[in-house]
Amino acid sequence: MSLASLSLEQAPPISVPFRFFLSAPLFLLLAATALLVAGPVALESRWSTALLSTTHLLTLGCMSMVMCGAMLQMLPVLAGSPVPNPRMVAWAIHLPLLAGALLLCAGLYLGTPLLLQLAMPLLIFAFGTFLCIAAYSLVRAQARNASTRAMLLALAALAFTLVLGVLLAGGVAGLLELPNILQLVALHANWGLLGWTALLVIGVAYQVVPMFQLTPLYPRVITRWLGGILFALLLLWSLYPLLPQPAAGILSLIAACGLAACITVFALSTLRLQHKRRRRVPDVVLQFWRIGMFSLLAATLLWMAGQFSTVLSESTFYPLALGILFIVGFALSVIHGMLYKIASFLVWFHLQGKLPSKEVPNMKTIIPDTAARRHWYTHLASVLLGLAAALWPMPWVYAAGVALFLSGLLLLANLYGAWNCYRRMVPKA
Amino acid sequence: MQTITDYLSQYHQHCDNLFAEAENAATKNDLDAAKAGFGAFRDSMEHHLGMEETILFPAFEQATGSNMGPTRVMRMEHAQMRELFAQMQAALDASDTQTYAGLSETLLVLMQQHNFKEEQMLYPMADRAVPDRDALIQKMEAQ
Repeated sequence: MSLASLSLEQAPPISVPFRFFLSAPLFLLLAATALLVAGPVALESRWSTALLSTTHLLTLGCMSMVMCGAMLQMLPVLAGSPVPNPRMVAWAIHLPLLAGALLLCAGLYLGTPLLLQLAMPLLIFAFGTFLCIAAYSLVRAQARNASTRAMLLALAALAFTLVLGVLLAGGVAGLLELPNILQLVALHANWGLLGWTALLVIGVAYQVVPMFQLTPLYPRVITRWLGGILFALLLLWSLYPLLPQPAAGILSLIAACGLAACITVFALSTLRLQHKRRRRVPDVVLQFWRIGMFSLLAATLLWMAGQFSTVLSESTFYPLALGILFIVGFALSVIHGMLYKIASFLVWFHLQGKLPSKEVPNMKTIIPDTAARRHWYTHLASVLLGLAAALWPMPWVYAAGVALFLSGLLLLANLYGAWNCYRRMVPKA
Repeated sequence: MQTITDYLSQYHQHCDNLFAEAENAATKNDLDAAKAGFGAFRDSMEHHLGMEETILFPAFEQATGSNMGPTRVMRMEHAQMRELFAQMQAALDASDTQTYAGLSETLLVLMQQHNFKEEQMLYPMADRAVPDRDALIQKMEAQ
């Protein structure tokens, strides 16, 4: 690419990321509703239909929705050139992702193979399109750094997660004979959570933690190696089902310890950097990151304990608590925090030039701190009550469901408020 | 040998420090310290933006033969930052630290994404494209 053709403005239309952002809280509301309707039965086992559905409402419907939308916003900046036809691309990813996630979760909840069969082509199309566009932009990226490398690995992990998910759905829908469904589930979950989710958060954190809180940079040794090692360990761990015992057990334990070490290094160094931040202002985004990092540490500790204690790892509590800590405590916290920064900045950014500058509201007017903080409290409550429900489903599943519902409602209100602020002000221009 | 990327990225760091001091003071409602801090930050930023606009960008544009590419967007973002500086100054003059905090938050995100594009893309390109790098850095130092 010639220097002169490098474009540094490339922001896609505001409706591109916002359609993803505004859809995400709807899935939180649905997840909460599924828990409330199913009640304690949902938490009797990790294989309950209600819990499988809730998990996918959170990971596929909420997390992946935001992650795809935020990447579509960010990729053109990294690549130095706009995604062609951004609105059409957004339609081609958002709509099938939305419909596919709804169908899949309904299919899991109701145990209806037909719904899973309908969801598959939609999800394959949505993620396939997203993967092609994201990989193309990243490969061409002008900025070659630890972040873009981690993001590429995250995309590869998403591709594995998708393939494994399609196989599993095919198995559940009765289209395929799967040899060992439990191992496939473990692979699917690990590639989705430790690969796609953690690697993307890590890649984003390298940039945004120092940027937004004015902390020192992550140590070079971390940015250089951590993402690659994590990915390699995931690959190694994926091979263990192919080996005979006891080699398989040993390999799996070594890989798990290595993965736990990587995650711990990331979480601790993030907390340490944030502790050394130069920006000493009350910041709700920082608070979301803190819930995220402490939950990640707690999840890792629990996971390691489970490696050495079969009493723990075979309990009903163990997989539930791991999921709650990683998905709600870690991933959703970081995602909520980032959403507040991105959504309010985008509204400000897109109003620039359309209104006299003095009339453009600042970020804290677009989403007030008090509103974001209220959401923070309900979100924290949903993590803690979720853990209580993992131990004592009755009556805590209801409390956790209500907290999750409120959290989704407040997130929706805050994001919709930002979007509405944009819509209200634009016609004046 | 110092590169344009190193030289100007260090300046970003310096400005970030001053930004944080002013914001921290405003958060504590220490108006005098906030005004002094903001003044120092704004002066440093103006100096930095001026170096880019009068020395780096023209050299880059000459070397690449275009003033419609990346430098145009960078100049536009400079203008947006200056607009926020003016509003922040007005908020401090009105002793309105709450509005200052909101503007400061907005400026930080604008400034950081701008610095990212410069440090990751524009400066490294300038390092490759500008024929006499050392002379250019000396010129910026002298300004």
